[in-house]
Amino acid sequence: MLNYTIRRLIFAIPTLLFISFIIFIILDMAPNDPTGNLPLTIPPEVRQKIRESLGLDAPMYIRYLLWCNQFFINEPLNMLHQWFGWCIGDCEGRLRVESWITRSPVVDSIVERMPQTLWVVGMSYVVSILVAVPIGVISAYKQYSWFDQAGTLVSMIGFAVPTFFTGLVLQIVFSTMIPSDHWAWLPSKYNTLHEVTDWQSFVYQMRQMAMPVTVLALYNMAQLSRFMRASMLDNLSQDYVRTARAKGLRERTVVLVHVLRNSLIPVVTVIALGVPTIFGGAIITEQIFGVNGLGALLIIGIQGADIPLVQTLTFIFAVLIVLFNLIADILYGLLDPRIRYE
Amino acid sequence: MSDATIQAEAKNRSLWGDVWVQFKSHKGAMVGTFVFVFILLAVAIGPYLWNLDPTFANIRERNQGMSWAHPFGTDQLGRDTLAQLLQGGRVSIAVGVTAMLISLIVGTAIGVLAGFFKRIDGLLMRTTDLFLALPLLPLLLVIIMLFRDTLRKAFGPETGIFILIVFIIGITSWMQTARIVRGDVLALKEREFVLAARSIGTPSLRLILRHILPNVLSPIMVSATLGIANAIITESALSFLGLGFPSDFPTWGRLLYDGAQYIDNYPSRVVWPGLAITLTVISVNFIGDGLRDALDPRIRGR
Repeated sequence: MLNYTIRRLIFAIPTLLFISFIIFIILDMAPNDPTGNLPLTIPPEVRQKIRESLGLDAPMYIRYLLWCNQFFINEPLNMLHQWFGWCIGDCEGRLRVESWITRSPVVDSIVERMPQTLWVVGMSYVVSILVAVPIGVISAYKQYSWFDQAGTLVSMIGFAVPTFFTGLVLQIVFSTMIPSDHWAWLPSKYNTLHEVTDWQSFVYQMRQMAMPVTVLALYNMAQLSRFMRASMLDNLSQDYVRTARAKGLRERTVVLVHVLRNSLIPVVTVIALGVPTIFGGAIITEQIFGVNGLGALLIIGIQGADIPLVQTLTFIFAVLIVLFNLIADILYGLLDPRIRYE
Repeated sequence: MSDATIQAEAKNRSLWGDVWVQFKSHKGAMVGTFVFVFILLAVAIGPYLWNLDPTFANIRERNQGMSWAHPFGTDQLGRDTLAQLLQGGRVSIAVGVTAMLISLIVGTAIGVLAGFFKRIDGLLMRTTDLFLALPLLPLLLVIIMLFRDTLRKAFGPETGIFILIVFIIGITSWMQTARIVRGDVLALKEREFVLAARSIGTPSLRLILRHILPNVLSPIMVSATLGIANAIITESALSFLGLGFPSDFPTWGRLLYDGAQYIDNYPSRVVWPGLAITLTVISVNFIGDGLRDALDPRIRGR
């Protein structure tokens, strides 16, 4: 198992390097000019100077290697310096990946916006798991009951209705149709500057998180509860369940201990695989509710043609995908004794 | 039952007849088919029956509610919402179908080649894994932002963006099809009928076209229906983020995006296009569900 993990980790490095190169090529191929958004009064010589100062006159492979050096070597060293005070090499004059628009380090603005995204996305994922597992268990245990039928319909709808439409419908219902002094009213925009200091502000924080979390959770819940149901159905008809019942275990023990534990194995890997997807889905949800997170940062970067920012963020999304694929595989091996990796 | 009727029944049963019988018994799939056909007819012949110009701005009749003159109301420039919905549906469904076709062709080709020819299997499957590891939505946004202007100049604003969106969605959604098709081809390749065909000297190309492809048709058809739904959602998501079609060229996602700014005062402007997208996607999903059951011989026998 350890061998397998180490081999996969080593194999992930060239994969990620290759992905970063592909992202770099795509961004580089584009007929795009970072000085295009500057005022027209700037003379062409000055524009040329600006372009040179951004390092755009160098050939592509040099710029790519420079980015690699900045992102893979300088940024981690800088983190060590900032977090632990360890100084390796030149701490102050180190070149970092800088945004073309704000001329500040990209990683700093990512770290700044990370908590908002993690709060909303993480909460929604936790909520969807907590709701989806019981729904899946009940609808499998009572297959073809009205609960199961309703669950099938709801998950079909949750899966098919795009998040931007559920988000807007919730806004219509909870922010527009319900008057703002009613207890059920929810703010339509997320206030990032809001700080939790006492009970009142905590309640407000919960209220403003309610809608974005629900929208994201609904979509994941639909998928997860289906998986849970299918996995439970597979296990309920197995022989060991009959054995457990035959030796006189209580029904609750049979279902909640024996069957549930075995059915959770594939579901756990699906949960791990879904994490990067919801970061992608959060781009749209953040846009609807004005959450100032990573998705919003990406949109700003894209609209402003801020190549270093977009390159770094997209690469971080790719890292998430590769990482959670690896985690899912390892979890599967750890949880299911039938699976042995060589 | 007399012998004659049994024989007549036996004669009438064909593969597609069986599939149709099973498909009919899936209630959700039948309702889905009716809804989808209705939407298709509406966007195909609707603009001729409801012949208001979707881009005609009548500023005196702006922001109206439902009325006989404008059944779904009008927008902030007085354009008729029903006409816009019908016109937008044409574009959205055209995008969905074309992108699905591209992804299906690429996916099937790569799946069949990888499954059939062992030498390129590793290379093609590593490519598929690589595509699966790319963060697609960010990349879609980036590519559209970067190449929009070039293609607009080359093909005009509407055609350019149509080609770009269809192409981009197509080449980023073929991976699942390729994997499923490859798995099926790997299993089929070892079957006796392929061996028989090979032993009488059938060349590889004909072997693929005549013997392999018809047998992997059912997973391809199922992923085709899911592909349409996926492409429609992706296109509306792009339009919703403001990176899709220009605003005088309505699509359902674009209408939703424009309506979202007036959500406080005119919530109906969000509801209509949203409902159109949702109904289309749900009906297509149900059709896919029914097709999967109908095309699976293990279920069909029951």
